[in-house]
Amino acid sequence: MIQFSGVVKRFRRHQVLQQIDLLIERGQRVALVGSNGAGKTTLIRCLLGEYNYEGLITIDGMEPRKHRQAVLSRVGFVPQLPPPLRMPVGQLIRFAASLCNADPARMQGVADQLGFDAQRFRHQPFVKLSGGQKQKLLIAIALGRDSELLVMDEPAANLDPDARHSMFRLLAEKQDKAAMLISSHRLDEVASLVNRVVEMDQGRIVLDDEVVDSVDMASRLAVNVRMTQPEGAFAKALSQWGFSESGDACHWTGTIAGPDRLRFLGMLSRYAAILGALEMSEPDASPEKVDVA
Amino acid sequence: MRHLWLTAYTDVIESLRARWFMVYSLVFGGIVVILFAFGLSESRIMGFTGLSRLLVTYIQLSMAILPIFVLITTVRSVAGDREAGVFEYMLSLPVSLSAWFWGRFLGRFFVVFLPVFLAMVGGVAWGLAKGSEIPWNLFIYYSGLLMSLAWCFLGIGMLISTLARSSDVAQGAAFLVWLLMLLFLDLILLGVLIQEQLPPDTAVAIALANPLQVFRTATMMLFDPQLALLGPTAFVILDRFSVDGYIAWAVFYPIAFGSLAASLGYFLFRRSDLP
Repeated sequence: MIQFSGVVKRFRRHQVLQQIDLLIERGQRVALVGSNGAGKTTLIRCLLGEYNYEGLITIDGMEPRKHRQAVLSRVGFVPQLPPPLRMPVGQLIRFAASLCNADPARMQGVADQLGFDAQRFRHQPFVKLSGGQKQKLLIAIALGRDSELLVMDEPAANLDPDARHSMFRLLAEKQDKAAMLISSHRLDEVASLVNRVVEMDQGRIVLDDEVVDSVDMASRLAVNVRMTQPEGAFAKALSQWGFSESGDACHWTGTIAGPDRLRFLGMLSRYAAILGALEMSEPDASPEKVDVA
Repeated sequence: MRHLWLTAYTDVIESLRARWFMVYSLVFGGIVVILFAFGLSESRIMGFTGLSRLLVTYIQLSMAILPIFVLITTVRSVAGDREAGVFEYMLSLPVSLSAWFWGRFLGRFFVVFLPVFLAMVGGVAWGLAKGSEIPWNLFIYYSGLLMSLAWCFLGIGMLISTLARSSDVAQGAAFLVWLLMLLFLDLILLGVLIQEQLPPDTAVAIALANPLQVFRTATMMLFDPQLALLGPTAFVILDRFSVDGYIAWAVFYPIAFGSLAASLGYFLFRRSDLP
């Protein structure tokens, strides 16, 4: 579906992309990881036809620079930093929907599922929304239409756990019909969303690997956590995940999105010294219980 | 075409909420209010009185303010949008580059011309309310000239915004362009060059090529049809153009100049990296 062949990008004398060869098929969910300056954003901008480059990039046989509208009408893009648009939310949705020949009500529906009431904020300037609200709206615009390629730069960075779960569920609905390219500095942020990892360093692809794809993106896990002693910082971290106390200050219960398990375990690892027991279970599965103490 | 009007409309909505637009509108609205407040419409100069006197003063002030205002606000907002990631996101949507560029140009033109025009309309409305005689020919002519001047400098602004990759560089370049045109007014460097034996044809060519000078001469022509204030250059201009011909030149040349600059900007825009 997407092919990069010998793609080179230079900014004056500085070569940012060095002979990139990459093939992404429909149904693949690719994590594009690498440190700052690795070339991820440049690669994405080349793919969106925003940069000139040497070599060839095609999406279903069409070059994004030459067939801009045909290519971009299939692409949903979520940038890492929301643009400081002053136009009201309603106007932004209408503008995007009109350009994409999409139904604005569908975009609003996706925004609702992500926990952002676009109808209520329709007169509010986009730039005045919170970081999370902006992110939700941009995701809604990208997912609320028939896109065949989703390009997302740190899409879940500003989202609360419920919104993350909704986003994973929406991505799950698209996973067979679309290809996804998800850029991130950290693999653990996106690992469970993808089935392939491409790592970039200094403009080159240094790793291209498959990922075991057994996690249902729409799944949820019930989680019980027991601490050996009450700890304020741990309790606060759990609260941010939507957990609540169960009986006493040492027992916490809640649910997390299936693809979020690695990220959640990463958070728990910071408090390993006071972790007494951990139980994670999918609704129809027997619980996996780890008694740490 | 639908995308062009959609982009223009979006740009208008964006600009109406911007701080620069508020300042811009206040300046031009404020000028008219101040001119009335200081009783300018009651005074007389070179036979002009009432609203004619006010409009003549207004257009002279506009010549000083409008070009630099249009240039700086255009390059600041366009280059600033590029730096802030607006281009990256908006150009990831399936809008053609021509619809995007020219839509923004048209939207921006509407926004920069509207306050200037509405300030004049406000002045005329005030005059009507006070029972003054309305110089409609002057009003229409000045509207045309202001429209032409705004179009011209907007085109230059769009070209500079395309060439400069940062808003700081764009602002510096815009200021230099304005300064250069200002220096080549007959009052300043052009006058000195003529004193230094510059061939008259060259001086006239410079005067006719400089949109600011063209505008200045055209506004002068209304109260000084023989262009006595301009000196010997006036003979060449009037011999070659006649009064009506020059008025047409003053309206259409800056439009052509601005369109050419904007077209060059578009040509470079579609060939360059977009964000």
